[in-house]
Formats: sequence, C-alpha cells, structure tokens
Amino acid sequence: MLPNSSPPTDDACANVVKIDNVDFAYGKRSILKGISLDVPRGKVVAIMGGSGCGKTTLLRLIGGQLVPSAGKLLVNGQNVADLDRDGLYAMRRKMSMLFQFGALFTDMTVFDNVAFQLREHTDLPEDMIRDLVLMKLNAVGLRGTAGLFPSELSGGMARRVALARAVALDPEVIMYDEPFAGLDPISLAVVGNTIRRLNDALGATSIVVTHDVVESLQIVDYLYFISDGCIVGHGTPDEIRASQEPYIKQFVHAELDGPVPFHYPAPPYSDELGLSRRVGT
Amino acid sequence: MMSDPFKQIRGLGARGIEFVWRGGAMARFFVLVLLQSGMSFRRLGLTIREIYFAGVMSLVIIMVSGLFIGMVLGLQGFETLQKYGAEETMGVLVALSLVRELGPVVTALLFASRAGSAITAEIGLMKATEQLKAMDMMAVDPVARVVAPRFWAGVVSMPLLAAMFSAMGIFGGYIVAVVLVGIDAGVFWSNMQSAVSFNHDVLGGIIKSIVFGIAVSIIATFEGFDADPTAEGVSRATTRTVVTSALTVLALDLMLTGFMINMK
Repeated sequence: MLPNSSPPTDDACANVVKIDNVDFAYGKRSILKGISLDVPRGKVVAIMGGSGCGKTTLLRLIGGQLVPSAGKLLVNGQNVADLDRDGLYAMRRKMSMLFQFGALFTDMTVFDNVAFQLREHTDLPEDMIRDLVLMKLNAVGLRGTAGLFPSELSGGMARRVALARAVALDPEVIMYDEPFAGLDPISLAVVGNTIRRLNDALGATSIVVTHDVVESLQIVDYLYFISDGCIVGHGTPDEIRASQEPYIKQFVHAELDGPVPFHYPAPPYSDELGLSRRVGT
Repeated sequence: MMSDPFKQIRGLGARGIEFVWRGGAMARFFVLVLLQSGMSFRRLGLTIREIYFAGVMSLVIIMVSGLFIGMVLGLQGFETLQKYGAEETMGVLVALSLVRELGPVVTALLFASRAGSAITAEIGLMKATEQLKAMDMMAVDPVARVVAPRFWAGVVSMPLLAAMFSAMGIFGGYIVAVVLVGIDAGVFWSNMQSAVSFNHDVLGGIIKSIVFGIAVSIIATFEGFDADPTAEGVSRATTRTVVTSALTVLALDLMLTGFMINMK
C-alpha cells in the first residue's frame, strides 16, 4: 500500500469517481492537498479520518457543491468543475447524498420527504408514487412511519428515512456523510446493513465518509484514510486490519498517541504555568 | 499596551463596506429570485400555501391593529377638529390617513414583524439543518423551490392586508365618530366619499403597499438565505429582518410620498 496510489482496477471506465491530484482550500486554510483516489463501480468505499480532516469537503467536491482549486475530479468521466448549472443538476439526478443528521424536510411528513424527488423530477401519477414510496420505506423497515413528521422520529429512524429518500430515484452513486454518527449500537448495525443491502440491490456505488472503524470494516469493500488533507493509506478491510502503517494502526486500534498527537500544539506547559520562572528564582 | 487610535475609524469603514456589500448581494439575490420565479407560477399550489402562512395567518394582528388605530385616529381627530367646528370631516381625516399612509406603512411594519421574521427564521433553520443543501443535491434549486414562492406570497399578501387594515381602521373611525360621538352616518360616509380620490389616494396606497411588499419579502428571504447556519446566526438574521425592513419601509415611504405629491 502506497499513499496516494489507486486501488487496482481493470479499466478506467470502471471507476464512477476518479479524483486526480485535487487541492482545496477555504480561503487561505488548505483542506485537501493533492488527493488522488478512485471509486470503482458497484463497490462500497469508505473514506475515513479524524474530525475536520476534509472528508465531508471531499463529498461536497464530488457533488459539485464546492470547486477544487487544483486537480481533476471526474464523475462518470465528466469533469465536475466544467459543468454548468444544468449539467450539474443532470449529474446530481444520478447521485444522492445522505447528510449527517438526515436533513429531512421538517415541514413534510416522512411520506412526502421520500416522495419529494419523485414529484420534482418525474411525471409519475400519484398512485404510482405512493407505491414506490411505500416500497422504499419498506426497504428500510419504516413503512409504518409514512404519516409521521421528522420531529416524531428517533435519530436512527430519521437516518433510515433519509436513506429511503436518497434511493428514491435509484441513483448510480450514493454518498453518505457520517451515517453512523450518534447512533445506538442497534441503529448503527441496521443502518450499516441497509447501506450494504441497498447498494447491492440497486447496483449502485456508495461512498461512505465516516470515522466508525468497526462498522465500516464490516460493510465496505475498500477504505481510504485521510489525515491533514492527504491520503495516508488505503486497502481492503483485511489489509487495513493487518496494516502496520502508524496512522492507520493508531486510528483502527484507537491508540491515544501516535502520528495524531494527544496534545494540540501549545507553548511548553511549564512556561505557561510560570514554573520555570519560579524554579529560577 | 497602547490602543490603536485608528481602530474606531477602521471599524466605521468596515461597517460601511459591509453595508454596501450587503446591499449589492441583496440586489443580486433579488434578480436571482425573479429569474427563478417560474416554478412559483407554474405550481401555484406552492405559492398559495405560502400566502396562507404569510397572509392569512397575519390577518388577526392586522385587523385588530387596524381597528384600534382607526379608533384612536377618530378620538384624536375629534379632539382637534371640534375646536374648529369641523368634527363632521372626521371620516375624511380617518380615511385619508389610513389609505394614504397608515394602511400601507403600519401593515408593512406589522407584516415584517409577524411574517417576515417567520420567513427568515424558517429559511435560516432550513439552512442550518442542511435542508437547503440536501435540496440542492437533489437537483432542486432552493431559490426556485423555497425562496421564490415565499417572496411572491409576501408581494401578493401585502396589498390585500393593507386593504384589510384600512377597512378595519375606517370601521374603527366609524364606531368612534358615529356610535360614540354621534355624528350622522350619512355625513360621515358622504364626506369621505367626496374627499377620497381613487386615483390619487387609493391607488397611491396600493402602489406603496406593493413596493413595501417587495422590499420586506426580499429582505426577509435574503436574510434567511444568508444567515450563518447556527442558532445565533438565525437569531441575528431574524432581528436584522425586522430592523432593516422597518427602516427601508420608512425610507421608501418618504420617497414615494414625495413622488406622489409632485405628480398631483
């Protein structure tokens, strides 16, 4: 495993997303530095790393909500930065994104949330929309919540409804932003299992941004690790479990110290407490 | 440590730049809303739903305020007019005050406080909870789907609310003049009818309320859309909506009144 190299693929066309040496900065603050990675078609790929390492930014770049400051980012062979508004919206109709806390529309029922894209982008009759929505809700085990509002759902249920909404139009690419954050163990297992099952049933490609090691290693096909804006390692779940790469080892085994230090950079502790001065006097 | 003598001047300059920048951003946003308004007319249901929330739900505060202001105008008018033996023109005083000025202006101020703040808070919270981003990722333009229907609902609601306000105010004036003071109802209504001109007074009031509707609606939607996606950001945006709307309405009222008086 070499940092910034790609997983082996038979053909470049087999990659739904191809990211080539991409940089991104918020103003002067550099977030991503020369990131390169491929997402093979039909696979579930995890992008892992600590909080604030640029994982969500990467998803926003893939979805065209942000534009890279350098490098190429191809989705289905199209450079996202070159697309105009119509082109971007045409691309987004084939992809969907599950936001960290679901981002369900709070003024609509669960049913209307899942039906939203079907009503906006298709001319399907209402009875067909009803059947499709109930099928999607049944797939995530929440057909019984169709009449409820998002405020009446638990965090895990809201995440599953958002999942049903995300797959309403059978997208080619599904992006998940921290789908496991803040869930109890049962909800976590249900969401993880649903992500894998839906990906295989729909023949879609999934990109899961997360820092949940245990769940990710069980459901994904390939993992990338990002630290300080760079890819520091990647591999299959088995390769990651066996990896001796210091960052991956620290991350996977939740070690307190390592390449990611426990302490945020600060002046010497004794100086701050004034101990060295007192000892001197 | 020495304090920076230019700090306050720099702060003043920064606030000036911020003010001009926000004005430009709002004008750009206004053009964007107009360009993305097609859906608001093609799918009238979306706009009608917002008219219900912004307009119909504001009816109570508008009608009650109109009634009280009309009654106060009647009492104050009677107090002054009776000194000159002109209390029979109370109807004219009440109607002209309401139709020309108080109807559009007070309605706009109340609308900004009741509906404008609600629109800002709703859009701001949708932004804070990533609902707008989610919509954008679903290839649905949030300006067309969320902002434009609310903007047009405000523009349509304002003249209708101003009309309701003026009608209730005149009714309040009638209660004071005819029921309490004892002025003849025929004199009250006929004086009003002969003194109030449709072209100059009523139409002027309608034009004002439409302009105020555009101003308050664009301020409310812009502030929501531009709010920092935090609880504090939404709170500040809501406050800015009410303050900016009130000042803008009063400034526009001065300008429009000047134009209308010159055009007579």
